[in-house]
Amino acid sequence: MSKVSCRKAFSARLTELAREDQSIFVLATDSRGSVTIGGFAAEHPDRFIECGIAEQNAVAIAAGLAKSGKTVFVTGPACFLAARAFEQVKIDVAYNKTNVKVIGVSSGVSYGPLGGTHTSTHDYAGMRALPNLTVLAPSDNVQAASLTEYLVRTNGPAYMRMGRGDVEGIYRDGEQFNVGVAKEVNKGSDITIIACGETVWHALQAAGKLEKDAISARVLDMFTIKPLDEAAVRQAARETRAIITLEEHSLFGGLGEAVAHIVVTSATPVPMRIIGFPDEELLVGRSAELFAHYGLSADNVVAAAKDLLEV
Amino acid sequence: MNIRKLEKKAGQLRLDVLDMVFNSKAGHIGGSFSGMDILVALYYYLMDVGKILRSDPDRDRFVLSKGHCAEALYAVLADQGFFTKDELRTFTHFGTRLAEHPTRDIPGIEIATGALGHGLSVGIGMALFLRADRVPAHVYVLMGDGEQAEGSVWEAAMAAAKFGLANLTAIIDRNRLQISGCTEDVMPVGNLEEKYRAFGWQALVCDGHDFSQLIPALATRVPDRPVVVIAETIKGRGSKVMENIAEWHHQIPTATEYQTIKADLEKMIQEVSP
Ligand SMILES: [Mg+2]
Repeated sequence: MSKVSCRKAFSARLTELAREDQSIFVLATDSRGSVTIGGFAAEHPDRFIECGIAEQNAVAIAAGLAKSGKTVFVTGPACFLAARAFEQVKIDVAYNKTNVKVIGVSSGVSYGPLGGTHTSTHDYAGMRALPNLTVLAPSDNVQAASLTEYLVRTNGPAYMRMGRGDVEGIYRDGEQFNVGVAKEVNKGSDITIIACGETVWHALQAAGKLEKDAISARVLDMFTIKPLDEAAVRQAARETRAIITLEEHSLFGGLGEAVAHIVVTSATPVPMRIIGFPDEELLVGRSAELFAHYGLSADNVVAAAKDLLEV
Repeated sequence: MNIRKLEKKAGQLRLDVLDMVFNSKAGHIGGSFSGMDILVALYYYLMDVGKILRSDPDRDRFVLSKGHCAEALYAVLADQGFFTKDELRTFTHFGTRLAEHPTRDIPGIEIATGALGHGLSVGIGMALFLRADRVPAHVYVLMGDGEQAEGSVWEAAMAAAKFGLANLTAIIDRNRLQISGCTEDVMPVGNLEEKYRAFGWQALVCDGHDFSQLIPALATRVPDRPVVVIAETIKGRGSKVMENIAEWHHQIPTATEYQTIKADLEKMIQEVSP
């Protein structure tokens, strides 16, 4: 399977879809390079709007365009779109139910070497709390392209976050995804690992290691953070003895807490472990270094699994 | 243009606003009264309201960026038949769609507003759409002068000039007051005409209560350039009880004040010669 970044897969598919669908507009925030959206700009210059370094303005312009029937993708680094422009996402996109797709790239700790100004480990928490908004985090290029198509074909506000680097392939070309339905990427009966975005690959590695120790780990790719697949979480709590969540996000307000909310209210609650970034300033470093340091790794998941299962 | 008719209408609509505010004990009466003549110029003269009622794609768009003056717009929309006048009585009541800031699903409301500094950007998006699809319609955005302190307004000001949006008119209700006092004390907005001009706009200043100035200003079109109309207004315009007093940003009249304001408005309407 290929190793391509989600953002490139997104841009390529969107540029392709825009050949057929004349309603697609893309707004950039001096982010042509970081979003890798230059191809769209070159091919569809009339539907590419450069808004400069002004994220608040860009998101609200997107809402105005969408109000008249356009499908608008407003793009830029997640750290800015999900923080500086949060009020515009809350009001002009979510509250107004406009057909705006907020695309945050280089999310999480992709920009780790740039320091804490450029991390976005808060975006699930903020975006999850906004009514009407769909929140997506693809785990590989195939899924990113597929979700891009979903965003084009459906009407309504959405936020999709993607990392910067090339990621390991999870899916074969042509794989189908249903938004709101978790994708089971490994069958298992002892424990369930729920991950999203780039952590899905680490979850799969962990499942492989656990299998060697005769522990059967189910892995769910929870690429739809919202609406969360509650049924899949309840099923995991019913059919497996523990749940671990793994996310490139703060421990506060992200996938782990979303899953925990379902688990504690299910008929068969099970012990859980939430793995993510602690509530502290993160060290400077490359994404892989930070993943390893903070335990977003297969080894840490394996240790947590054995601890939870008391083996 | 029948200016007397417009003046009379603006007086009557102020009476509707007074009733809404007094009955619901809510709202922003000062700014609603300062901006009412602007709304009347747009909805009773400049815009084709029939097209807006039908939601025609080529309708003119109005965005109330100073969303806290929703009751002024509600009074206009009810009078124009977007919904019944009876509904005005539900203003801010439990479960109503007529919140203190315009909500999404009210007929005639293009976009829900209320947090300041959003409307001009949204208006740019609408104007970009109209231009892209070659729709001959115009976008009007009404902002407050206190609102000019929001940085996003100036992001939008830069962008509208960059895009050369001749189909966009920004209007500033320049009543020189905001919730805490004079705009020039709270955060001086300075010479707005020069500021917008420096940003690449066509900037006009007019008396925001004189239809003979307001209408030509709002009708001004310049090739490849957005227009801003700085409408010099009086907060609480229509009654000596309220005029130019910052507290009337959102003060609720007492029963006695209500009677006085009502009498002032009725007198104002009567003084408009037939
Ligand atoms: Mg003011």
